[in-house]
Amino acid sequence: MYFKKPGKYVITKKIDSFFIGLNDALQFILRFFKEIFRPPYEFREIIRQCYEVGYRSLFLITLTGFITGLVFTKQSRPSLSQFGATSWLPSLVAIAIIRALAPLVTALIAAGKVGSNIGAELGSMKVTEQIDAMEVSAVNPFKFLVVSRVLATTLMMPMLMCYTGFVGMLGAYLNVHQNEMTSFTSFFQAAFDQISFLDIFSSLVKSIVYGFTIGIVGCYKGFHATNGTEGVGRAANASVVLSMFLIFVEEILIVQITNSFRP
Amino acid sequence: MEIETNNIYHGEVLIHVRDLYKSFGDNHVLQGIDLDVHSKENVVVLGRSGTGKSVLIKIICGLLKPDVGQVEVLGKEVAKLNDRELRQLRLQVGFSFQNSALYDSMTVRENLAFPLVRNARHLSKKEVSLEIESVLNDVGLSQTINQMPSELSGGQRKRIGIARTLILHPQIMLYDEPTSGLDPITSIEINKLINHVRHKFNTTSIIITHDLTCAKSTGDKIVMLYDGKFIRQGTFGEVFSTDDERIQDFYKYNFIDQ
Repeated sequence: MYFKKPGKYVITKKIDSFFIGLNDALQFILRFFKEIFRPPYEFREIIRQCYEVGYRSLFLITLTGFITGLVFTKQSRPSLSQFGATSWLPSLVAIAIIRALAPLVTALIAAGKVGSNIGAELGSMKVTEQIDAMEVSAVNPFKFLVVSRVLATTLMMPMLMCYTGFVGMLGAYLNVHQNEMTSFTSFFQAAFDQISFLDIFSSLVKSIVYGFTIGIVGCYKGFHATNGTEGVGRAANASVVLSMFLIFVEEILIVQITNSFRP
Repeated sequence: MEIETNNIYHGEVLIHVRDLYKSFGDNHVLQGIDLDVHSKENVVVLGRSGTGKSVLIKIICGLLKPDVGQVEVLGKEVAKLNDRELRQLRLQVGFSFQNSALYDSMTVRENLAFPLVRNARHLSKKEVSLEIESVLNDVGLSQTINQMPSELSGGQRKRIGIARTLILHPQIMLYDEPTSGLDPITSIEINKLINHVRHKFNTTSIIITHDLTCAKSTGDKIVMLYDGKFIRQGTFGEVFSTDDERIQDFYKYNFIDQ
């Protein structure tokens, strides 16, 4: 009679399961890159997901972007006015928003809204056997569910980031205009004086990386949800927490790399 | 204790399971299962909840991998197939889930179109629509075509789940607890549907259930799963004409109209 032997741990149960999880996640990412080039392509689903990720996040992004720009300018004013340097406000705000705040705020908002949504939706499909149902009807659920969502978040995040940057700058302009009566043109001229191609390029790279992270983490957590409705909640929560954590780690790494290119 | 059935089905063996073992941690679910399912035969796997009945059909359709053992479906060893080969095989194997597993963000029409448009890309929109209407007619639910799964009753969901598998015209149907959670009248309707599907689509089926009425009305061969092993098999009458307490207990707690 055959019985599967109980597993022996290489190091300890926790460390073993950490490395097994890491390997699973890497396999998941590798599978994404394999499936992305393999036909058939789910163009309709990708467009639908782009709409879900992009259009449906617009209100929240507009609100947070605008408030971030406005509040940042308001809070920076007293320090600069001590040195009589309020004329530097536009360029200071532009550097802060374009280099750091726009990609980061967009990513954190998207992690909360889009990441949790993906984790919960896929988690719910997993525990109600809808993913298995796709599998047994000879449809590749990974391509339909994962590839489309990860592509959508990766494509939409740079666009949302640009939009957040623009709205944030509008918020900043409103505050500057209120206090200094600066015109729209001179505010933006002053703001973009200090912005280089590297700033814009690194922000675009950041937002692509963040978009990919949010999509892949949400899909991974949802795809591996277990234990019924409790598992769905856990998948949604883990999607947000892990993507936010990874976004901050990536932020540090990309800033370090970008700074090494600065003169 | 096994009874050799006077099997009228001497056709080709479509599903061949040998020495199948499956464990989840320390829970040894299947412990040496052997099963042959012949062409056009309806085999019912009976057993209490948690005895591994669903695990067996999930292994047969490749959703789970066995620890040990051989599972051949339509002459192909499932565990050795790559993704593409497995998908080809699954076109021939329909799986009706216990909870129907309808895509809850799609209407009934979209649920049925989903596998069809992805597996028969040459079909025009009109052909897809005709196919959907035809299969909905077969399960008697044409009127639900634009409804969402949340608007359907349990019995309707089961029927739509069956329709979604039938739309690919499979040779083999695997039913996981087709009557669970349904009232007796709806259960009888589902049993009739299973028999209708068999005759209209010429399917070979494995039906997983603990409902004796379902087993009696749909099964040519009944196999009784207990503690991960088949303890008895034969026709309905043969399986229950025994003093074996494990089988008699199971019979006692089921209502059946003899």
